[in-house]
Amino acid sequence: MQRSIPVSTTAEPVRAPRTRLRMVWGQFRRNRAGLVGLAILAIFLIAGLLAPVLAPADPYEIQLERGLEKPGVSAVLGRDELGRDLLSRIIYGARLSLVIGVIAVAIGVGLGVPIGAASGYFGGVLDLLVQRLIDILLAFPGILLAIVLVAVLGVGLTQVMVAVGIVSIPVYARLVRGQVLALRNQEFVDAARALGATSGRIVWRHVLPNTLAVIIVQSTLQIASAILSAAALGFLGLGAQPPAAEWGSMLSNARQYIRLAPHSVTFPGVAIMLTVLGFNLLGDAIRDALDPRMRI
Amino acid sequence: MWAYVAKRLLLAVPVVAGVAFLVFAMVRIIPGDPARIIAGEAATQDVVEGIRRDLGLDRPLLQQFGTFVGGLARGELGRSIRSKAPVVEELRVRIPNTVQLAAAALIVSIVVGVGAGVVSAIRPYSMLDTGVMLVALAGLSMPVFWSGLMMILIFAVRLGWLPAVGTGSLAHLILPSITLGMATAAIIARMTRSSMLEVLRSDYIRTARAKGARERTVINRHALRNALIPVITVVGLQMGTLLSGAVLTESVFAWPGIGRLLVEGILSRDYPIVQAAVLIVALAFVIVNLIVDVLYAAVDPRIHYG
Repeated sequence: MQRSIPVSTTAEPVRAPRTRLRMVWGQFRRNRAGLVGLAILAIFLIAGLLAPVLAPADPYEIQLERGLEKPGVSAVLGRDELGRDLLSRIIYGARLSLVIGVIAVAIGVGLGVPIGAASGYFGGVLDLLVQRLIDILLAFPGILLAIVLVAVLGVGLTQVMVAVGIVSIPVYARLVRGQVLALRNQEFVDAARALGATSGRIVWRHVLPNTLAVIIVQSTLQIASAILSAAALGFLGLGAQPPAAEWGSMLSNARQYIRLAPHSVTFPGVAIMLTVLGFNLLGDAIRDALDPRMRI
Repeated sequence: MWAYVAKRLLLAVPVVAGVAFLVFAMVRIIPGDPARIIAGEAATQDVVEGIRRDLGLDRPLLQQFGTFVGGLARGELGRSIRSKAPVVEELRVRIPNTVQLAAAALIVSIVVGVGAGVVSAIRPYSMLDTGVMLVALAGLSMPVFWSGLMMILIFAVRLGWLPAVGTGSLAHLILPSITLGMATAAIIARMTRSSMLEVLRSDYIRTARAKGARERTVINRHALRNALIPVITVVGLQMGTLLSGAVLTESVFAWPGIGRLLVEGILSRDYPIVQAAVLIVALAFVIVNLIVDVLYAAVDPRIHYG
């Protein structure tokens, strides 16, 4: 929505414009919880990006003779039942979880936003049909729809991303529809229409940019729930398959050794919790920074 | 009021029909031939064809859906491929277990959530408030299947106070219901706190205090009652979390409910079981939402529904 500012031709130095982003950051910076969330996510992001450099060992190297070793000098967080280094597996797991979260949300945004925008802007029979379909999809509580979709698509990591992505489509569709309904009769939309803009252009250039804030906040929270769902599917044996270093399936394997190796059921869960906490804190803080009264 | 209930009931009908069709369609496009799975790898093609005919899988899809809906109406859901028992029998055994778990978790979440929220709101921004809200935030971010494992680790393995898995006694119910109730308790606590804070700022609370009512009376009689209205909505919205959390909690604690039946069904490709379990959970969710909506209209006399 922000057009480029014409560059001054005078000799005076040009002050950086006080953009909306800057104002939002100014608000955000004062939110301690949000900064904590950002810091947690930064750590996991770096861990995920630099996994091969940071991991002290090969996450897939099996050393049966050192199976279930407690945390110590050779392995900071201990080893799993096959003697694999737990810290390295958790670091590689960060990469996997972040990729799952981002791809799933990209699917949700990519399909849910256009569906919601069209439904809200054009209204009529299209809106009615889309909304009833969304009612049906939302009638499946939480992870149940993802479980059913995995049953159809088959077990595996790609299927999990697709399933979790599809689950978030109705969430975005409903959210954006509500926003578009509120925006479509505003004066600036009338003005654009009077100037002869096509429906596509009005929605893309005038309506959707105004829903961006809500979409960003929702996406931050949605990544958290996508990571949680993917880990849950992994835990149920419906997600990533061995030997993948995925937090949920690591917990699923480790649970049989809960008596012998408590560390192997503890740390992958701590990783999930911190990541989800980070996204939740960040999402709340962005929401407050964008508009203190905004509620989703 | 009754017109509103009737309207909500009517609106639920297409949703339920849609859910039934979706579940039916999904199960039909699962890769793998159910007739072949039942017959086993070694069976001849003739045997497989026979089973296909018996199950009606050779008929057109729409006709199959008709049979499926007809069966539903008569309470027939076919037989489990694995155990050969009627699916309805399986459900009859499993449903009470899930209801028991969900009800216990709901009680835990309301008692803990409302309690924590009120305690926080009475002394906002105190150490206690900050502490309670931090715990709530952690509770929100904890995956249910992991907090379950931690419960087992601490209270069953380390302390040996409670049984880790299985059913049979009240002691078996404690860990699963606390695990399942925790996440919801966290959300209820946050909602109760913000709702209480808002109510405590209102004029009628100032009036109550001004006329000399004791603080306990102000909190219990004047503030809490009004603050609980939005909490009811949140509890209703959380029923979905509770139901899907039940699927995971049951898997952690080997609790023989619908959720575990569903996961077992998927892993063993027992499609009549999957179909029935999904349908039951989705139906339960629709019904619960309906009840919550009606309850909300009944509790808050200020709101009229058209």
